[in-house]
Amino acid sequence: MEVNGNVVMGSKRSFKLMIVDDSNIMRRRIERSQQMDELEVVGAACNGLEAIELFQKTDPDIVTMDLTMPQMDGIECIERLVELKPSIRILVISALSDKATAVDAMEKGANGFLNKPFTDRQLNEAIAELIRER
Amino acid sequence: MLQEQELKTFVEGTTNYFEVAAQQPASVGSPYLATDGPPTTHDYTGVISISGKRKGVVYFTAPRAMLTVLLMKMQENDFSHENMRDLVGEVANTISGNARRDFGSDFVISVPSVMAGERSEIRIEPGMRSFVIPINWRSHSAKLVVALS
Repeated sequence: MEVNGNVVMGSKRSFKLMIVDDSNIMRRRIERSQQMDELEVVGAACNGLEAIELFQKTDPDIVTMDLTMPQMDGIECIERLVELKPSIRILVISALSDKATAVDAMEKGANGFLNKPFTDRQLNEAIAELIRER
Repeated sequence: MLQEQELKTFVEGTTNYFEVAAQQPASVGSPYLATDGPPTTHDYTGVISISGKRKGVVYFTAPRAMLTVLLMKMQENDFSHENMRDLVGEVANTISGNARRDFGSDFVISVPSVMAGERSEIRIEPGMRSFVIPINWRSHSAKLVVALS
């Protein structure tokens, strides 16, 4: 890309990712597995309430969301985040693999669903899919 | 009486965790019926309670050494007490998720709780039979215990 005669490198759009999970090992694992150039991890929260606070500070574009968490669960948090930012993309990452849970999450505004446990490849593909859809 | 399919759901939930998260499958030993009180626990135990059509508990209990290697295989380098608790909680969460998917609303399944210590007190109703399924992975052995009415 050329601006005023100068070549501008790295003009690819970048996306901000927020991780929400009550498990420390899951938060760290999701963060470690992110190797896409266009993705920047802006923070991690361990429940829905913390996620809302972190959202207000960091304005993420993409969120990975656990469902079973203390204080505010994932379903309620999805609803709140979608109200605050309708364009946000949310990937639910949960061990709850029944159809009713997935449908509920999608109806509240989630855009994808990944079952725990997962491989790094499955996670990266699911996040890449959310980015492609934006 | 515990059905074979029910047992299979719990066992698959457990072995699936090792196969996917650590990329190395676990093998299942010969199940047996505990006859001398509640089966003993290892260092860390993830417990789910079940009510509804069936009542009882299901728990996964593992030694610290096994969980340490499992964390290593997951590229984790923090082997703190909290991460050990997190890990058995995640395994129990997967077992719970599998059960919800396979049994639907017939089973009401609690959010997993985690206990630490080799003599964790897990309440099993008198007269309830406990099936013990050894879960072997690398050189380590854990137990899945299913005690349902």
